[in-house]
Amino acid sequence: MKATLSRRALLRSGFATGVSAAAGAALAQDGPDPLITETQDWAIYTGDPVDATPYGLPIRFEADVIRRNVPWLTADPISSINFTPIHALDGTITPQGCAFERHHSGAIELAKEDYRLMINGLVDTPLVFTYEDLERFPRENHVYFCECAANTGMEWAGAQLNGVQFTHGMIHNMEYTGVSLRTLLNEAGLGAAGDLSDKWVYVEGADASSNGRSIPMEKALDDVLVAFKANGEALRKEHGYPVRLVVPGWEGNMWVKWLRRIEVTDAAVQSREETSKYTDVLADGTARKWTWVMDAKSVITSPSPQQPITHGNGPLVITGLAWSGHGKITRVDISKDGGMTWETARLGRQGDTKALTRFYLDTEWNGEPWLLQSRAMDETGYVQPTKDELREVRGENSVYHNNCIQTWAIAPDGKAENVEVS
Amino acid sequence: ARTGGFGLGREAHPEELAAWDVDVLPDGRGLPVGSGDVWTGDEVFSEKCASCHGDFAEGRDAWPVLAGGFDTLDDRDPVKTVGSYWPYLSTVWDYVHRSMPFGNAGTLTDDEVYAITAYILYSNNLVEDDFTLSNENFTEVEMYNTDGFIVDDRPAVEYTMWSGEPCMENCKDGPVEITRRSTEVGVTPADDGSMAESFMEEQLARLGGT
Repeated sequence: MKATLSRRALLRSGFATGVSAAAGAALAQDGPDPLITETQDWAIYTGDPVDATPYGLPIRFEADVIRRNVPWLTADPISSINFTPIHALDGTITPQGCAFERHHSGAIELAKEDYRLMINGLVDTPLVFTYEDLERFPRENHVYFCECAANTGMEWAGAQLNGVQFTHGMIHNMEYTGVSLRTLLNEAGLGAAGDLSDKWVYVEGADASSNGRSIPMEKALDDVLVAFKANGEALRKEHGYPVRLVVPGWEGNMWVKWLRRIEVTDAAVQSREETSKYTDVLADGTARKWTWVMDAKSVITSPSPQQPITHGNGPLVITGLAWSGHGKITRVDISKDGGMTWETARLGRQGDTKALTRFYLDTEWNGEPWLLQSRAMDETGYVQPTKDELREVRGENSVYHNNCIQTWAIAPDGKAENVEVS
Repeated sequence: ARTGGFGLGREAHPEELAAWDVDVLPDGRGLPVGSGDVWTGDEVFSEKCASCHGDFAEGRDAWPVLAGGFDTLDDRDPVKTVGSYWPYLSTVWDYVHRSMPFGNAGTLTDDEVYAITAYILYSNNLVEDDFTLSNENFTEVEMYNTDGFIVDDRPAVEYTMWSGEPCMENCKDGPVEITRRSTEVGVTPADDGSMAESFMEEQLARLGGT
C-alpha cells in the first residue's frame, strides 16, 4: 500500500496516535499553557503592512489546500482534469484559486479587448458583441454548482481513489454575474427561428478544442447565463476569462469557456463532445446521449481519507456537500453503519436551487468502526441511489454521471478509507 | 434591420460568419466543396497524425485509438473508436477540421480533412482502399454505430424508481461488509507522485486516453 494521505494529514494522525489522543486536554492538565502565559512574538512586534500584498494568497499553513491532479487519468496534462480540495473547504462557495479545471486544449489567455462574441444562425440579425457591449446589458446574480460529467467516474468499477478530493472534486460552486442568454438571443431576434420548441443553440469556445455543444432552446431561454464575474471578480483564466457559459444543473462540459459563438440551429450538431464523449454506455452496449442533468448527489467531506479523525473520542462534526441539478436539496441523511440505519443531518442553510448545500451532523465518536454514508434528497423527491442500484441499471462502463452514495470506512485509529460495502 | 431591444452589438459581416461558423451537421450541412482519397489520407495521416494515433489509427501510448474495437461495447472493457462507436461521419470531419492536430489545430486544408476522414474510414474497414470522399458522397457513408444511441431515458427508467420516502431503519437484509478497498488498489497520487504502476496501465487501457 502506498502512502495516500497528505503529508499534513499523516503528521496529524501520527500526533493523534503517538503523542496524545487529546492533546489540548493533556497540556492543560500538565500545567499552564506557555502559548498563554508567555508573551508571543505576534503580541510584541508588528505584522505586515497593508501594502505588502495587493492581492493575497492563503496563509502558508494552508498550503495543502490546493488543486491536485491524477497523472494517470489522461494522456497529457493539457486535455486533462484537476480536483478541488473539497476535503478542506467548508460552507458552499469555492475559492476560485483552488476550483477545479478541465480543459481540452489548455487554459488560453484571451484579453477583453480581443474578445468577440458572435450570435448567428436562425436569428433576425447575426450580431457581434465586444466585451464592453456585454457589460451594458441588464445583469443577474446566481450561485450554481459546476460538476464535471466525469466526477466520480473512476469509481464505477470499484473503490479506487482514496480521497474525497479525487473521488468528488471535479466540482466548484460560485456566485456568477452575467447576462441571461435569453437577453442576448432576443437582441439578435428569434423571429427567424419560427417555432422555438424544436430549435437548438450550438455554443463553442475560442480555444483550439472549441468544446462545441448543442443545447435545446427551452433550456437556453430558461436559466442559462453568459457570465463574466465569479465570486465577485472576473473569471479566472482557467475558468474561461473573460466570458463563459453557465448552464445551471447541467453537466460541466456544457459550461463552455472563452465563449465565442452562439448559433441558433434547427437540429443538434452532434459534435464530438456529445457523441464520442459525454455519452454513457450501458451494459448492453447501447449508449445514452444528451444526459444533460446532474442528478442529486452528496458526499461527506470530513471525516474522509484526507481528513482523518485526529482529536480522539468525544464530540465530532460530520460535514459534507449535497447538490442536485433538478433544484434544491431538501434533506440529507447520514448512516454510520453502511446504510442499515439513517439519521437526518442539519443543512448549513436552506439550499439554493442547483447549488452546493452544506450539511452537518453534530455527533459523538468513541473509537468505534464506522461505515459512513450520506444520502441526498431533492425537491423533486429524488433520492440519491447506491452504486449497486446505479450499476444494476447502467452496468459499469457509463464513465459519466456517477452520483452514487459514497462510503468511508472509519477505523478505530480515526483513519478513513474509500470502500464499497455489501 | 435590428429587432432587438438594446441596440448593442453590430451586424456580423459575411466574412466573419464564414470564418467562425464552420460546424458540420449529420445531414452534411456545413461541408465545403472538396474531396480526398484514402491514399492521400494515408500520407497526410502519416505526416500529421500518426505520431500520436499510430500508423494505422490504432493509437500510441495513452493517445486515443481511432480504429477497431467493433462489437466490444458490451464488453467489460469497451473499445470506443470512430469505427466502433461514433454515430456520424460529420463529427469526424468537423472535429478534425476544427481541433486537430492537437497543438496545431485548424491548420488542415479542406481537402486534407476529406482525405484524413477517408483514411480513418479505411482504417476501420468501412471503405475500400480506392475510396474517394467528397462533399457529394459524404452522406452516403454508413457508420457502424449510428443506431447505438438513445436519448436520455433517466426520467422514465430511474427517477420513478429512486423517489419517495427512503428507508431509515433495518434497511439491509444481512450484515454490512466491506467488499472493496481503495487502499488495495493503490492508485491515489501521494505527495511524491507515486502510485502502483500495474494498475495504472490497466486504467489507461480502460479509459483509452483523452
